[in-house]
Amino acid sequence: MSDKSKSLAKAEDAEHDYSAGLAVIAPDAVKDPGMEPHRVRMTDKSEAHEKRAARQVAALFLFSIVSSAFALYAYFAFPIVEGSNASVRDNTLLLGLGAAFGMLAIGIGAVHWAKTLMPDAEVSEARHQTRGSEETRARAIEIIDLANKESGFSRRKLIRRSLYGALAFFPLPGILVFADLGPNPEDSLKHTMWKKGTRLTRDPDGKPIKASDVTIGSVFHVIPEGLAELEHHKLEEKAKAAVLLVRVDPTILKESAERKDWSYDGIVAYSKICTHVGCPVALYEQQTHHLLCPCHQSTFDLTDACKVIFGPASRPLPQLPIAVDAEGYLVAQDDFNEPVGPSFWERSVNE
Amino acid sequence: MSNATATAKKKGGFLAGTANYLDERVGVAGILKEFGRKVFPDHWSFMLGEVALYSFLVLLLSGTFLTFWFQPSMVPVIYEGSYAPLKGAEMSVAYASTLDISFEIRGGLLFRQVHHWSALLFVAAAGLHMLRVFFTGAFRKPREINWVVGFVLFVLGMAGGFTGYSLPDDLLSGNGLRIIDGMIKGIPYIGAYTSSLLFGGEFPGEAIVARLYSLHIMIVPALILVFVAVHLFMVVIHKHTHYAGPGKRDDNVVGYPLMPVYVAKAGGFFFIVFGVIMLIAATFTINPIWAYGAYDPSPVSAGTQPDWYIGWLDGALRLAPTHLEFMIGDFTLSMNILIPLVVGILFLVVVALYPFIEAWVTGDKREHHVLDRPRNTPVRTAVGAAGITFYAVLWAGASTDLIATHFQLSLNHVLTSMQILLIVGPIAAYIITKRACLALMRKDREIALHGRETGRVVRLPHGEYIEVHEPMDEYELYKLVGYKAYEPMLARPNAKGVITLRSRIRAALSRFYFEDRVVPPTKGEIEAAHDHGKELH
Repeated sequence: MSDKSKSLAKAEDAEHDYSAGLAVIAPDAVKDPGMEPHRVRMTDKSEAHEKRAARQVAALFLFSIVSSAFALYAYFAFPIVEGSNASVRDNTLLLGLGAAFGMLAIGIGAVHWAKTLMPDAEVSEARHQTRGSEETRARAIEIIDLANKESGFSRRKLIRRSLYGALAFFPLPGILVFADLGPNPEDSLKHTMWKKGTRLTRDPDGKPIKASDVTIGSVFHVIPEGLAELEHHKLEEKAKAAVLLVRVDPTILKESAERKDWSYDGIVAYSKICTHVGCPVALYEQQTHHLLCPCHQSTFDLTDACKVIFGPASRPLPQLPIAVDAEGYLVAQDDFNEPVGPSFWERSVNE
Repeated sequence: MSNATATAKKKGGFLAGTANYLDERVGVAGILKEFGRKVFPDHWSFMLGEVALYSFLVLLLSGTFLTFWFQPSMVPVIYEGSYAPLKGAEMSVAYASTLDISFEIRGGLLFRQVHHWSALLFVAAAGLHMLRVFFTGAFRKPREINWVVGFVLFVLGMAGGFTGYSLPDDLLSGNGLRIIDGMIKGIPYIGAYTSSLLFGGEFPGEAIVARLYSLHIMIVPALILVFVAVHLFMVVIHKHTHYAGPGKRDDNVVGYPLMPVYVAKAGGFFFIVFGVIMLIAATFTINPIWAYGAYDPSPVSAGTQPDWYIGWLDGALRLAPTHLEFMIGDFTLSMNILIPLVVGILFLVVVALYPFIEAWVTGDKREHHVLDRPRNTPVRTAVGAAGITFYAVLWAGASTDLIATHFQLSLNHVLTSMQILLIVGPIAAYIITKRACLALMRKDREIALHGRETGRVVRLPHGEYIEVHEPMDEYELYKLVGYKAYEPMLARPNAKGVITLRSRIRAALSRFYFEDRVVPPTKGEIEAAHDHGKELH
């Protein structure tokens, strides 16, 4: 406490003489001439102007009543008719205009009143330092000292420290109960619905796709067979399993040896979930064979294992190995061989 | 007592009776005596904070209306409402109830639009208000803490906006959430767990809308209310700043009394703000969720944009260079996510701490209640301009695709230009602004010394032509010269005779701030200049 009293004493000396820091105060600086003389308004000088301003204010307030009443009228006169978008528009527009002018007229009227009819001479009021007077500050210290003495807060170390400990521990149960907000993600992020033999079907109707239906240059938005019929977790599964299917001239595909048989006669399937932050990579440029994510413009080269050629993404889109079943439908050979979508810390950790 | 009551009643009738009733129960006379004639300075730029406050009130009013119909549930339903194009579509209850508010309830769409427009206005007005406070130096002692409170309000405004934006569970906001999910997953170590906790399992799950709803209608607005209360309480304690000018000093406050002038002006202004929001909401569609469809993780529309105040973060994501992902052993480190996050947070931290940095550099411990003209603090103004430019480039970065398509440019070139501009732009803005401020100060000094140019050219008897300069009156003069210049500090050895690193840094910063400066002319200089002028004429 004695330290505090000392610093207080220091501050006392400096009360009206705070450091100006690096400010340069010239001894013969131009002096403040004081407030400018007040300019008299027309409404102060002429009774006709004053009366006119008063009439304008009242007229605005009356107009406000009319506008608000119109809004009430519009509520009933322009109801919403099922299936008619025009009725929604009219209701919104006319109800809104009535309410808007009802309020605007009050506001403009009040400000006009203040500016023309209320006194407009600026007045000056004293302003004091924010800090309390020396007396107040001394009394404040006294109270703290007294409270400290009476409770023994500084003196009784055991009480004080055990209180700190208790205060540090008591919120922990309150934090822990939030643990059940969500499950441990485990390996859910690393698997999708795709399995060996799962048919590639159209999004959203779930019709299977025949290889012969996929012409060169065409794009299919694909979901695994059975996803459309899921009762639960349909969106969660779709958010991982969505695939983009494209057929290109097989000669332009640069396929590595291990992925040689992942495509079928120029038909390739890649995860549609961007490896940046997970937006659907939904745009296909037919001429350049680039896939573009519309969210952050990451661009992937479809002919070269969907490597990133531009934008903030870092990893290629995972490829879904496909084949054709006995009936000519496209099927998956297996699940993706890596997690789809945005990167996460444990992404490459083996289970 | 009863006598006093009786007289009050007799004298003023009902009004005086009510006043007396209230005073005897809540001491209203004392409150009026203290605050009734409190003086508030007047300037248009002081209204920016008011706009923010009033649009928050509009948010509370319109938001409460919406809660009576909105259902924050992600349970899938088949839509059977009155918007024909979506009939029979599968969607969440949240999306269906938002459609119902728009298409079944009279005034429902109007209030949705009021709510959305006022949210946009709230963050915009708060941001402009911060800029006003920054450029006029209103954050200096004793208002540093209130700057931080205001900063927190700005961040809370963005949080309120984002949590509300995601509630209708439409395609656009769903993709916004997906981006958030992707960013969270990119945080090292805790990413996947945090995402699972937030979404209650895998994205999108069925929990997130209800969770965002409690944040949006309870926690965020409650925090905003508390911080607004603290913010305004401190304004009352400090009394409002006023602009530099004749009669405006650090120990007075010049303006109009609360009653009646400010009650009328500020009260009226609330109606104007609400009226303007209502006018915009009645005439301009915003967030037509029916056009986007319900959320589905597979489709996305090109050229979509977040609400404006999230743009700078989205831009930061876009401007990160390619191939910034590294492996640490088996673990994946996504620098392409982390760098934008860290840069964004650092930017906010610098904004929050700026008053303390400047106070340390100037060493000025006095209270400041007279505002600076931005030109008179060239480096602060230039730093502000650099900050605005940095923010603006990030913000424009969120629209690279739209810029490319509208101006028929290469998307790749637009993005690369933005990346370059993000570094070069703030530096250029700093240099240009600082030079402009110094030039304006020199012009002011010139006018103060020699008077205004009148454009009147006179031929003297001996044949010389001169332009007549008109001297200024003392009030105008004081507006130009009534500021204080700062001098750069030198690094000095301490008591032990050592020049510490701390003192070197401080001296370097001080040089950065005050090396180039224009000092206001003194009385002597002005008089000398006038005498010189007379001689010549």
